[in-house]
Amino acid sequence: MDATVSWLINLIPQMTEPVARLIVDLVYAGALAFVAPVVVVVAFTYMERKVIARIQDRVGPNRAGPFGLLQGLADAVKMLTKEDITPQDADRIVYNLAPALAVIGVILVYAVLPVAPGVIGADLNVGVLYVVAVGGIGTMAILMAGWSSNNKYALLSAFRVVAQLISYEIPMIIALLIVVLAAGSMQMGEIIAAQDVPFLFTLPLAFIIFLMATIAEIGRSPFDLLEAESEIVAGFHVEYSGMKFAFFFIGEYMHLFVGAGIATTLFLGGWRGPFLGEVISEASILGVLLGFVYFLIKTVFIVFLMIWIRGTLPRFRIDHLLDFGWKFLVPVGLLGLIAVALVLKLPFLSSSGLMWIGLLVANILVIVVSLAAVSMAARRSRSVALRGVVGADR
Amino acid sequence: MRSDFVFVGILVVVATLLPVVGLGVARLIRPKKPNPVKLSTYECGVESIGDAWVQFRAQYYIYALVFVVFDIEAVFLLPWAVAYGQLPLYALVEGVVFILILALALAYAWRKGALRWS
Amino acid sequence: MPADQIVRYIVFLILTVMTLGGALGVVVSRNLFHSALFLVLSFAGVVGYYVLLDAGFLAAVQLLIYIGAIAILILFAVMLTRGLMDKRQSQHNQQWLIAALVALLIFVVLAVVLWQVEWPVASEQALASPNVSVSQLGQELLGPYVIPFEVASVLLLVALIGAVILARETES
Repeated sequence: MDATVSWLINLIPQMTEPVARLIVDLVYAGALAFVAPVVVVVAFTYMERKVIARIQDRVGPNRAGPFGLLQGLADAVKMLTKEDITPQDADRIVYNLAPALAVIGVILVYAVLPVAPGVIGADLNVGVLYVVAVGGIGTMAILMAGWSSNNKYALLSAFRVVAQLISYEIPMIIALLIVVLAAGSMQMGEIIAAQDVPFLFTLPLAFIIFLMATIAEIGRSPFDLLEAESEIVAGFHVEYSGMKFAFFFIGEYMHLFVGAGIATTLFLGGWRGPFLGEVISEASILGVLLGFVYFLIKTVFIVFLMIWIRGTLPRFRIDHLLDFGWKFLVPVGLLGLIAVALVLKLPFLSSSGLMWIGLLVANILVIVVSLAAVSMAARRSRSVALRGVVGADR
Repeated sequence: MRSDFVFVGILVVVATLLPVVGLGVARLIRPKKPNPVKLSTYECGVESIGDAWVQFRAQYYIYALVFVVFDIEAVFLLPWAVAYGQLPLYALVEGVVFILILALALAYAWRKGALRWS
Repeated sequence: MPADQIVRYIVFLILTVMTLGGALGVVVSRNLFHSALFLVLSFAGVVGYYVLLDAGFLAAVQLLIYIGAIAILILFAVMLTRGLMDKRQSQHNQQWLIAALVALLIFVVLAVVLWQVEWPVASEQALASPNVSVSQLGQELLGPYVIPFEVASVLLLVALIGAVILARETES
């Protein structure tokens, strides 16, 4: 960013620094708001369809263009030319506002996503908190969409989704707290700088909790209750059609990418990778490109992980889903938080540079203990249920 | 000094243009042939009875209440987590006490069945 | 006036319209759901004020707590209360006169406080670097203000207990 500003000033000497900065900001904001949605949606719907098809032993899209690569474009044209229906009983203003808010809320998260060295919209000192806070706009949009449609399915679905979103926001914040504790900052740039050993290896517990909470926040399988077709038709956007439906859809895939991108930044070291910063300078154009490539590889890997999970696991039931969040992820997260805080203050670890081994051991210990507790609880409830069955037989 | 939030402000304005432009383009090229059946509320072909705006179960509200409490607690813990490295050993005790009280709240809600979906 | 200042004033004006307009919408709207949404607009204006004051942490917290949590809670409460979901509600009942008097009284008290109290003014040095880091905040919170910090968690525990008891009673 700074490099681009000085390049622009060198190019046109009359230009003052604030003006140059404004132009760079406007261009980057335009890229995030107009280019990114198209690229992200086309690329990841294609990827998702192909991967899911492979998992289900199908071929996937293969008609539109070579290897079906133009499928996303065909979908976009279809969405644009579809009739836009507003039910007559709907609350028009709120109904039209909801899809716009849904997509704006997601785009705002991109402001703090570091995609390459020095390339970030705003490296806020509250970056991590900003990500969670802006997520609330999406929740609001869903509630508005569900209510304004004046449709029983839509409203019921909106309630369920919001219950799910708020239930998984807590484990997500706890996972973020663990990261902030280890990095000593909420700023994305500093969190990346703190990861000489990626947090994936030092804080695997936080990574697992964060990944599950992210999948739940995006509303993807196995947390996709909002579109349990057999129960509540298509979810809170059942009445939406055409471009307004498309905005919910765009929002979903934008959310998928930014969720994976944030996970990359917080746990996989972001744009960091071999040779960068040692052989190739982070300030050079080559370095920025290389960083961007590293970022993309890691992010696409996490997206792949999410698609894989979707193709493998069946959908949760709503009571199981809420229980899993509140009665498993939250207590385990709190335990992990205490464990990490404890290890960080152990004097012999901080002096010897073996901190990351201590953190890893603590994390694995918490994972083992909580899994043991769950299997014990499951065995107990199963034996209680069995006794009930046997008792009924007698 | 320029605030980091300037970019966020610019992004809010630019991002608002996306739905405006998108819906504007769609308005130009999409068909518009409404009829009463098409505009009626979708309910799997069944005639819709009454408004959707009916009363829902109170269970949702309890989850929202517990959520608000935990959200606020998390906000208090964030400055603690950021400053943790610069704080002496007693910060560990203070933080753990705070987290344990939080855990106590969770345990209470759990025991009282506030987290049960019945 | 430098361009920077002009932009600040314009943003401040827009935010004020949002905040006050939203607040007005809350009381004027005949639909309770719309009232709640106007409240969100008003909250959003306050988020903007914090940003304008270089209080990034408070802005994010305002967004997280007030829009992301409290507003959701209010919307749930509106939707879950029997009879409140009718499209049109009358804005006043028999107690409107008393309510108006109390509101006026609160306004007078706040206005007097606003004028009377000598507000502490930040030092020149603090104004020069307005970005108070979150780390500093944490050090203050766990140093001199550790008792309020711990009491806050107890307060929240009590709030939760109260909420659970209330919710339980209405159910049975």
